[in-house]
Amino acid sequence: MFLLLFLLSVSVFALFSILPGDPARLTCGKACTPVIIEQNRHRLGLDEPPLTQYVKFVSGIFVGRTFSPDSPQPIKCEAPCLGYSFTRHEEVMAIIARSAPVTLFLAIGAFVLWISVGLTLGIIAALNRGRWGDRLIMGISLVGYSMPSFFIGLVLIFFVIIKWKFLPFPSYISPWENPFQFFQTMLLPWIVLASLYAAFYIRLTRNQVLEVLGDDYVRTARAKGLPERRVVVRHALRAGLTPIVTAAGLDLAGLLGGAIISENIFSLPGLGSLAVTSITDSDLPIITGLTLLTASIIIFANLVVDLLYAVVDPRVRIA
Amino acid sequence: MIEERIAPIRGSLERPFLSVTNLSVSFPTEDGLVQAVDGVSLSLERGKTLAIVGESGSGKSVTAQAIMGLVNRKAAKVSGEIWLDGQELLRLPQDEVQELMGSEIAMIFQDPMSSLHPFYRIGDQIVEAIQAHRQLGPKEARAETIEMLRHVGIPAVERRVDAYPHQLSGGMRQRVMIAMALINSPQLLIADEPTTALDVTVQAQILELISSLQDEFGTTVILITHDLGIVADVADDVAVMYGGRIVELASTTTLYDRPEMPYTLGLLSSVPRMDRKLPERLDPIRGNPPSPIKLPKGCVFQPRCDYWERVPGDACKTDRPELLESEPDHFVRCHLKIEERQQISRDVRQILAGGTQ
Repeated sequence: MFLLLFLLSVSVFALFSILPGDPARLTCGKACTPVIIEQNRHRLGLDEPPLTQYVKFVSGIFVGRTFSPDSPQPIKCEAPCLGYSFTRHEEVMAIIARSAPVTLFLAIGAFVLWISVGLTLGIIAALNRGRWGDRLIMGISLVGYSMPSFFIGLVLIFFVIIKWKFLPFPSYISPWENPFQFFQTMLLPWIVLASLYAAFYIRLTRNQVLEVLGDDYVRTARAKGLPERRVVVRHALRAGLTPIVTAAGLDLAGLLGGAIISENIFSLPGLGSLAVTSITDSDLPIITGLTLLTASIIIFANLVVDLLYAVVDPRVRIA
Repeated sequence: MIEERIAPIRGSLERPFLSVTNLSVSFPTEDGLVQAVDGVSLSLERGKTLAIVGESGSGKSVTAQAIMGLVNRKAAKVSGEIWLDGQELLRLPQDEVQELMGSEIAMIFQDPMSSLHPFYRIGDQIVEAIQAHRQLGPKEARAETIEMLRHVGIPAVERRVDAYPHQLSGGMRQRVMIAMALINSPQLLIADEPTTALDVTVQAQILELISSLQDEFGTTVILITHDLGIVADVADDVAVMYGGRIVELASTTTLYDRPEMPYTLGLLSSVPRMDRKLPERLDPIRGNPPSPIKLPKGCVFQPRCDYWERVPGDACKTDRPELLESEPDHFVRCHLKIEERQQISRDVRQILAGGTQ
């Protein structure tokens, strides 16, 4: 895992250092001269060889670093230091830390919503296989699956907010300041984000449950004379849903990197919006930091999912 | 109906312990109606063993599952009557069937590898079977579980009771299944190919275990198998099934001494035997079992039968033969004349015994 993180950081760093667009030029402003660009380049540490830059970047994560140490106002960046944005004149870590909770709330809310809806409807569809309940649910899920989330988002904004005025215009506020407004703002983003995943999870759950219901040990459970409810819940679902729920952890981790479309539609100041603005501004330190952070979350989530799976499935445990 | 009149109800005038009359099971599918079981009638006295023998798709497993109550009533059409100890099972409401399953009737399945739940400890799975039918505290249930596991011959029980199924061998798992089936002292035990998935050396042990437990608890057993070789030692009666029907029904000794239905003869010729010299090659039944969607119009075995041309006219191609009594307690479904099929039977057995070729 550490090897993976190392390789990842190297490639991210290499990618951004060969990318066109000179950060020194961008931070220069209107009255720009080659001399100022050169000074900026030195202040940003961009005049050093790439390897030195990389070593400084990585050591910054662990022990912190100081930018432009020989200038009159050196910028001290405490560990963990992911870099310094000269466009925003702020530490990358601080910017990310400000945006991360928004994305976290968005992702977790959507996760809860899509898992509960996806699993419930998937199970109902499987238990009513071939009947109208199944067909209805599968129809809805097909529609949900095939509609792009920005379209669903715009339709919801148009009807729920503009036309029917059920909800005020979204304006993000932390749940600790004003929980009610927080929920009003987050409700639609949750629905939009969850709809895509829920549709997929309905299908996944339905197939999985149908497969498990035909398994021999479910027949054994029936032959014991257990009530059908217990057969389905304790025997079939326990075995069938475990892989789904653990795998869902990966999707959650992917969302933590920023739900770009949903955040932009509803102008939520999360990591997704941050990524988009930083790319438009060519704010390389932020993009590097974000990429590294997102990738680390996913790698970490992978590990957690694997460990979790060993906890719930005794066959995976190492003797 | 004719089937009912000739239904082999033996013994006293009272209904025997298990009596199946005219049982039919069919599954509507997109390709057509699958007639899995068609008019099966049989009966069994308490404490006896009936073997149901047949190829894959002969309807033997579905018959067993129908008796057990495991056939999904929504997906299948089931008709006929199944009387067990004075109760008609097919007309019982689902919750009462559930009450019988696992307590009065228990079942052992073919594949012990997949029949136990992979996520739960074997002890807990047996405890669950106890508590489904009896009010018993966790400690008492566990003690009883350990006792039963020891009884079915699992070594180091105190340790194994908390093992997961994947930590046990196939034979051990089948022993666990047997323990689970017998834990509530069922009256009727249905063993659906209990040895098919096991090593040959373990097969004999498992059969031995089943019959010794049967003697001990006085359980009535239905043994489903495709292996005529294992039937002789354990069964009192044998029903040979083909194409969803019983084609020959007799006591085990009668069936081995004087088989009459050409299909039974074919089955016996396909069993490898160490004590037999000639013929050197096994004599398999040619062709394949019929599709349960499109059964032949006449005798279902006719396309694979070597003797149908001996029947005058095309009776074997046009008429379904009835299951008729050929001698007392020996029922055969065949158009051939009794003397003729007895002669065929003698000839075939002589070849099998290594006489003239």
